[in-house]
Amino acid sequence: MEEWMEMKVSLFITCLAEMFYQDVAKDVVEVLERLGCDVDFPRGQICCGQPAYNSGYRKDAQKAARQMIRSFEHSEFIVTPSGSCAAMFKEYPELFKEEPEWRKRAEALANKTYEFTQFIVNVLHIEDVGAVYPASATYHTSCHMIRLLKETDAPFRLLKNVKGLELLPLENSYDCCGFGGTFAVKMAPISEQMVDEKIRHVEASAATLLIAADNGCLMNIKGRIDRKGKPIEVKHIAQILNTRVEGRK
Amino acid sequence: MPMKIGEKPFFGRVDDALEKTFMRTAMASAQDRLRGRKLDATVRDEQIGDWEEWRSAGEEIRRHTLENLDYYLNQLSENFSRKGGHVYFADTAEDATRYIQEVAKKKNAKKVTKAKSMVTEEIGLNEALEEIGCQVFETDLAEYILQIDDHDRPSHIVVPSLHKNKEQIRDTFRDKAGYTGTEEPRELTAFARSQLREVFLEADIGITGCNFAVAESGTISLVTNEGNANMVTTYPDTQISVMGMERLVPTWEELDVMVNLLSRSAVGQKITTYVTNLTPQLEENSVDAPKEFHLVILDAGRSNALGTEFQSALHCIRCAACVNVCPVYRHIGGHAYGSIYQGPIGAVLSPILGGYDEYGELPFASSLCAACSEACPVRIPLHEQLIRHRENYVAQKGKMSEKLAMKAFGIGASTPSLFQGAVKGLPAIMKPLVKDDGISSGPGPMKLWTAVREFPVPEKNNFRSWFKSHKQEGES
Ligand code: SF4
Repeated sequence: MEEWMEMKVSLFITCLAEMFYQDVAKDVVEVLERLGCDVDFPRGQICCGQPAYNSGYRKDAQKAARQMIRSFEHSEFIVTPSGSCAAMFKEYPELFKEEPEWRKRAEALANKTYEFTQFIVNVLHIEDVGAVYPASATYHTSCHMIRLLKETDAPFRLLKNVKGLELLPLENSYDCCGFGGTFAVKMAPISEQMVDEKIRHVEASAATLLIAADNGCLMNIKGRIDRKGKPIEVKHIAQILNTRVEGRK
Repeated sequence: MPMKIGEKPFFGRVDDALEKTFMRTAMASAQDRLRGRKLDATVRDEQIGDWEEWRSAGEEIRRHTLENLDYYLNQLSENFSRKGGHVYFADTAEDATRYIQEVAKKKNAKKVTKAKSMVTEEIGLNEALEEIGCQVFETDLAEYILQIDDHDRPSHIVVPSLHKNKEQIRDTFRDKAGYTGTEEPRELTAFARSQLREVFLEADIGITGCNFAVAESGTISLVTNEGNANMVTTYPDTQISVMGMERLVPTWEELDVMVNLLSRSAVGQKITTYVTNLTPQLEENSVDAPKEFHLVILDAGRSNALGTEFQSALHCIRCAACVNVCPVYRHIGGHAYGSIYQGPIGAVLSPILGGYDEYGELPFASSLCAACSEACPVRIPLHEQLIRHRENYVAQKGKMSEKLAMKAFGIGASTPSLFQGAVKGLPAIMKPLVKDDGISSGPGPMKLWTAVREFPVPEKNNFRSWFKSHKQEGES
């Protein structure tokens, strides 16, 4: 490792992780550090603005976006444990298409943004982080990660190298879990059917652990699994990767 | 409005659909089947090379055509007329049906046969013809099933009867048409065929839609599997084709690409059983061409999209690939959309054609998973257009409470001190709701979440302070 330049990485933790999933946030920091990154945390960061943007409130989303652009202006790499929030950063140039000055800044931000697993595999070029996690698991591909970020591979490469982890295939893995931000509440009856079908497929896979790389999906699927009292554990991929011996840090 | 399905409001229709568990299982397996077939004929078909290149070609052709729509419509119309056909440009659905009624009256038509067409469904043509005393016969199998089942409405743009399984079809045939056979598809089809045989021979007018019109030659191209369209267009002396004003291609070369994209995406076939190309021919020696050939070119709201962010919605070739991957359609089916255009393209197109009063909820009936945009053979950014619709909708009809909430969000998300205050205050605010390490019921909008799922308990500790001390530890 000595001859490597230490990568300077700015963490974009996402509002959801900051409010509800600090374990995931800490795991992200620790994994990145272990892989040789110097992690900083720009303090102005809040929320990517997706809730407003996807609900049709462009102006309000722009406010959030400007704050983010300012906060990460000096970062070299931005890494976030959410494919969806990373995809939102990539949407910023579109959001400012009528403001050339902001558009330029938005493009700069978008170009240096990576989802957590994508950064490890494609920028750090590491596929084995040395994690150990004995379990039968299946992985939920989140829609924005595969379709907007077009990252279909990185999480699987990392999970394949986790010792003891058996990764089982998930039927209809390409179907959305029904989260969709405000969709989950605005269209609750439809969302409910979607998440139930997702859980049926997870059960059919025989996995006892569901892993995903997006806290939005996890909040939805875990919330429903807990409500139904199903014996399935739900974890963010950072929690799996930040293990050294038998599922412990 | 003929495009519309059902009288109930959106959520009423959704509830109705969700109750029909049987229909939903059928929909889900049909969807899996259609999706799989499409993948076999596209990304997994090595013979055709890179599917993404085909999509780019399709996108390019459609964009070019729509950007030069005036020019190509003019060319199409001139070529069609020069060969003896009659062209009518209809601004509205009513204009179109009135024109067709007049033709039918002039011909003193009693019986009309129809090939499958969504655009005639859109303008309510059957009702208009029945009004003036014509008998209308749907000859596409799926449309025939719906017609004899008391004019049931289509639930899918390619397979209009997708919501019915073979047992239901058998029962419909028994109840309405005196069928005595089993639910074997072959037997059911043979029955429908025998019922329709006579009708084909007796029809005075044959009516079709149009998959693509070729501008350079004035040709109407029909992409079908059952062969009924050929019967509809060869027996009667008078033929009428109805097309949406956007459904054309410049030349046969582009037609080739588009037919490939359509057959493969819609039904997973390299090419459909029939691709029927009809050009008016008034020469004496043409034996099977109709003596009179009318082409009705329909606007009916389409030009609303021209020159706007929705223009690319007019690139649609109605293959239903987006419908076949939509997880929302999977659970609520076609009728819940309340429009004959359902699924993602329905949610984009219906408000363009029919307005937000009628179809304003549809753009919100999506989790924005983008499966549609990924599937579309002409790369229409469907999920982005849904967001554009939401923007227009909230600007015109948004609820004050939501507007205020979003304004508060905008302020909170751009003022670090406010956000930090909220993060710190959250555990205390939510504390009364926490029971057994979880939140099972909450007030206001949270109730909609907790009606279905547990809500996560906010963190008591502060991540930023953890990070700070963590960094300090690292340095010391
Ligand atoms: S929007 Fe695209 S995928 Fe959907 S029906 Fe039209 S062409 Fe097919």
